[in-house]
Amino acid sequence: MTTPLLAVRDLRRYFPIKRGVFGRVTGHVRAVDGVSFHVGAAETLALVGESGCGKSTTGRAILRLIEPTSGSVTFDGEDVLALDGARMRKLRRRMQIVFQDPFSSLNPRMSIGSIVREGLIIHHIAEGAAADARVRQLLEEVGLRSEYASRYPHEFSGGQRQRVGIARALSVEPSFIVCDEPVSALDVSVQAQVVNLLQDLQRDRGLSYLFIAHDLSVVEHIADRVAVMYLGHIVEMAPVQRVFSVPLMPYTQALLSAVPAPEPGLKHSRILLAGDVPSPANPPSGCVFHPRCQHPARDAACAGIVPPLEEKAPGHFAACIKQTPTTVSWEQQKSAGGTKPPELFVPPSLAAATY
Amino acid sequence: MPPVVPPLPDVAGIRSRLRRDRRATFALGVLLTIATCALLAPILSPFDPNAQLDISRLQSQAPSWSHPLGTDPFSRDVLSRLLYGARISLLISFTAVALAMSFGTLIGAVAGYLGGAIDAVLMRLVDAAFSIPTLLLLIVVIALWGEVSTSALTLLIASVGWFTVSRLVRAETLAMRDADFVVAARALGVPAWRVLGQHVLPNVVGPAIIAAALAVGNVILLEAGLSYLGIGVRPPTASWGSIIQDGSERVSDLWWLTLFPGLAILVTVFACNALGDALRDALDPRQLQAAPDDDTPIKAT
Amino acid sequence: MTAPLLEIESLRTYFYTDAGVARAVDGVSLRVDAGETVGVVGESGCGKSVTALSILRLILPPGRIEAGSAIRFEDKNLLEMTEREVQRVRGNRISMVFQEPMTALNPVFTVGDQIAEVARIHAGMSKRDAAAKAVEMLKLVGIPAPEQRANEYPHQLSGGMRQRVVIAMALVMNPALVIADEPTTALDVTIQAQILELLADLTRRLGTSVLLITHDLGVVAEHCTRVIVMYAGEVVEETITTGLFSAAHHPYTEGLLGAMPRIGRHAERLATIPGTVPPPTAWPVGCRFRDRCQYAWDRCEREHPPLYQIDVAHVSRCHLAEEPERRAHPHPPLAAERGASAA
Repeated sequence: MTTPLLAVRDLRRYFPIKRGVFGRVTGHVRAVDGVSFHVGAAETLALVGESGCGKSTTGRAILRLIEPTSGSVTFDGEDVLALDGARMRKLRRRMQIVFQDPFSSLNPRMSIGSIVREGLIIHHIAEGAAADARVRQLLEEVGLRSEYASRYPHEFSGGQRQRVGIARALSVEPSFIVCDEPVSALDVSVQAQVVNLLQDLQRDRGLSYLFIAHDLSVVEHIADRVAVMYLGHIVEMAPVQRVFSVPLMPYTQALLSAVPAPEPGLKHSRILLAGDVPSPANPPSGCVFHPRCQHPARDAACAGIVPPLEEKAPGHFAACIKQTPTTVSWEQQKSAGGTKPPELFVPPSLAAATY
Repeated sequence: MPPVVPPLPDVAGIRSRLRRDRRATFALGVLLTIATCALLAPILSPFDPNAQLDISRLQSQAPSWSHPLGTDPFSRDVLSRLLYGARISLLISFTAVALAMSFGTLIGAVAGYLGGAIDAVLMRLVDAAFSIPTLLLLIVVIALWGEVSTSALTLLIASVGWFTVSRLVRAETLAMRDADFVVAARALGVPAWRVLGQHVLPNVVGPAIIAAALAVGNVILLEAGLSYLGIGVRPPTASWGSIIQDGSERVSDLWWLTLFPGLAILVTVFACNALGDALRDALDPRQLQAAPDDDTPIKAT
Repeated sequence: MTAPLLEIESLRTYFYTDAGVARAVDGVSLRVDAGETVGVVGESGCGKSVTALSILRLILPPGRIEAGSAIRFEDKNLLEMTEREVQRVRGNRISMVFQEPMTALNPVFTVGDQIAEVARIHAGMSKRDAAAKAVEMLKLVGIPAPEQRANEYPHQLSGGMRQRVVIAMALVMNPALVIADEPTTALDVTIQAQILELLADLTRRLGTSVLLITHDLGVVAEHCTRVIVMYAGEVVEETITTGLFSAAHHPYTEGLLGAMPRIGRHAERLATIPGTVPPPTAWPVGCRFRDRCQYAWDRCEREHPPLYQIDVAHVSRCHLAEEPERRAHPHPPLAAERGASAA
């Protein structure tokens, strides 16, 4: 295998919980707790999960917009976390970010032309009239009229602002973009426009995306591979068709079955998860999902053993000791209190509903 | 290096909202009139403000045709002193406020943006400063110093005025620091000082400007108070406070020495406060919001 | 046929803003029968939320419900009632579930007190009975340890729990109609599934009608018997749910369905609706969708389309109903020619 564009290994980010007048640290919120993955050139890896699972923190930690607590990030052979300020700023030309909220992501006091221009000037890509021309070109490329350059963000709709945010990211000619829920705040019809734009840009420029999302239908449409996060961990990672046809991690199964199916009459028996996501300050022992898990073989071993993210099928990784095959032997499970041997479990209703 | 973009607040919008606000138009008109009178004092004043015109016959004269606002116990023309006094009072208050605002904004923005130890130290300093009664501090310092020049007085007033602003700006900066557009600027590789200057500051100065407008009124009162206590501007220089001081021993029979400068102070403070309130309304981001259930901005074409 | 539970007739709610009169809701008529769940779908700015607020007369200035509108509920016109009479309907016969449970609850009262308050106001219950009722309601909406939870404050509960509390509050008086305005938009997908299931189950058991306002066609497909599509302050299509997905008539509905990515349907590109919704201060004359429509012709510019009857229980505000042959000749919409950006 060739070296991937981006490789993340064992990334962690803990936020201290401070109490009292003197800010005594009484614990840590494990927002990201040992996450490893890679993104290839011109590939889209989707990072999905519900709020608080650590997907956004992961995206920002890779770009060092939040400093990771530990782990390593390698971008095109460079150790990102070891770079000093000046070299990091230089690397930022190649790694960009697009945000979720089209209203807070643009400086209300700058014209959209100035917003798109800033990166060009900072990185000495173009100056003066050449920069103006480039700004106009970028605006046209994302589907905005170049005459709009002198207008201010509040004069635009959500979808148009999102295009400005994309133009800003493109201005420095990156090869990798973290898309942090770029279409979640948009209406369906506008969402489709922006999704198509992102796909066109990927095709034309050979971009790689880390596409952070909670909407699985958008993910299925845009991603090559999918990583599912739960409580700071990646619990399943596989090519997109695999995740949607044979989800192995019980959490992924529940997540998929929760998506409302827009086909009346095709109402599938839904896996309704009990309770809420536990606090990342005090995650469950063993498998973080075990208190809510619907796998028929769930037992005490799930609370005792931290499941490794193991390859269940070629290219299909899942963190579940109850889904066969597993490297955690039945003997090991029994010694941890296990009473039910592992078995492969894919709810039939799920496959029927989605395919 | 030239700035990437000129800082362009939505001046047009704010101006149009201010113009629609009659309170603001009126307050601004009053302030401009007073400032013009102060500027044109040498032309408008019928007499030299410090000249003792006739110490035997023109002492403490009530208002008359030749001296519309009367004379003081040193036979000086009160109208002339009031006009020249406006120069001193306005100069001191506007300069002191400008200094305090700039310094306070800088400290607040730096503390809020950098956070950590720098923020902790600066803010504890501000907390400490807050616990000292300003007026008392000024009285003590001036008393120990002896006589102070006008510029020294301005500096002193400014040096006790920046705490509030720095608190305010720090709070705003903290809120702004994690805004997506600030993160986006960092992600672009914009250096920290420029992120602060270009993206954070223009979005936090609004509250500081409002505070400044309100503070001008306070400083005018403070200067008047100090001068009234006899430790403000040095005699014979006229300021609104010192004119009142000159008549302070016989307030009941020399009423014109209290009434006219008092009115001047009242009107100016009132205008400053009204302008501050109007600015607060005009800068309110909610004014930019469109109709409910609608993400299409009204101004969109 | 019995009279409908709720019948809205040519509702017009306008907002008098500096930028002009925003005609947020502009002649909406709809009905909800007893025990029925009706979906109202549309994108931001279509007027669906303002319609919901208008029913309970919760429109604040500069908004105003215009004369000529009628909202009949249980044979009385809500718009002709005094404020006192309307208050007796709110939270009692008609209740609301809002999108954001955090803002729908008062942060300084316990959730138990807030549920109890509804019972005390509308049923005149004693303090003790009302407190017991609150616990009973919390149990009904599936909150574990309800006695203990009743004494907690909203911030101590998760988003999903808070929405359950809001539903409990809405159902205390066993209302005839619940208006749910995007009840799960702020929630995660697994929690959304829980909440919708709960709402559907409870209203079925209690025989409550639901007006479900949402932007999510999937939610409509699963929970509604009838669906009303709104665009630019008007109803543009209304049909039974199955009909909408198999035989959408209005080009806007068609566009919405095409723009929605669906699991299991592999499309190379998503269909889009070019352009954006026009501002409510300046709805176009003629058909309000025409600039974004791939079938629009000169008639659409001249003539504001009425709601044409397409089928039994299926209406559509599109001239294609009279000239169906034009559907065979789509062309790039005006908004697309002006560039995707032209709003």
